[in-house]
Amino acid sequence: MTSPLRLCVRRSPALDPGGAATLVTLRLPSEVGCIEEAVELVTRHCLAGHPTAERTRFRLKVVLSEALSNAIVRGNREDRGKWVDIRAELYPDAIRVYVTDEGPGFNPSAIPEPIHPEQLDEAGGRGLYLIKKLVDAVQFNEQGNSICMILRRP
Amino acid sequence: MGFSQTRDPSGVAVVQVEGQLIVGNRQELKDLVQAAMDRGERRILIDFSRTGYIDSSGLGALVSISKRIREVGGELRLSGLNEDLRSLFELTKLDTLFAIAETPQQALASF
Repeated sequence: MTSPLRLCVRRSPALDPGGAATLVTLRLPSEVGCIEEAVELVTRHCLAGHPTAERTRFRLKVVLSEALSNAIVRGNREDRGKWVDIRAELYPDAIRVYVTDEGPGFNPSAIPEPIHPEQLDEAGGRGLYLIKKLVDAVQFNEQGNSICMILRRP
Repeated sequence: MGFSQTRDPSGVAVVQVEGQLIVGNRQELKDLVQAAMDRGERRILIDFSRTGYIDSSGLGALVSISKRIREVGGELRLSGLNEDLRSLFELTKLDTLFAIAETPQQALASF
């Protein structure tokens, strides 16, 4: 079945003097049904041309899915008039992926770790924890509506 | 991406997760298991041998399913988790909440 979505991927030489070899950008609407396709598309472009361990591919897919879910559901509240932007900077030794929504932002330090025995039975609250565990570093902008996830290439 | 359901000759409802288990389809899995429980199924196996990745919403759906099954005195088993998928359960300590078998056959034998 052909997707009704018109996901746009743009690859171009990096402009910043810091030297990102490639930029991959993608904008998607605030619909959870778009997440899987966006994850596949961005992952494929981020890892193209690099020998990549399957574990890195898996980690990138999970954290992208997680960040997009947070952005669409919690950030943009599934408002179809709002967008989520992905920007991936591809370096020889690392990938930096930014996911930005149009929501008011949140305080990431206020999210409790969900691994205490009394919390194991809770259905939610594992997203940010999982991201932190699967990537090499996580940063947020001041507003809290943009996450940057850094994965080192093995 | 989707789910299929069969009934093992031993009377266990077997649900196969094909593709991803993420925020976009977790409700479908919850509904499918609920429908099985409504039909009287009490022994349920969810197999991940054909699963790509799971996000935290998918893990949360499994937690909800586990609670519902426990509430009616049923049993849930998980199987077919590769090393990467299993790491998600270990990182979140959910490997302590679920009965996880390596293969569907081992899971079926454990009911």
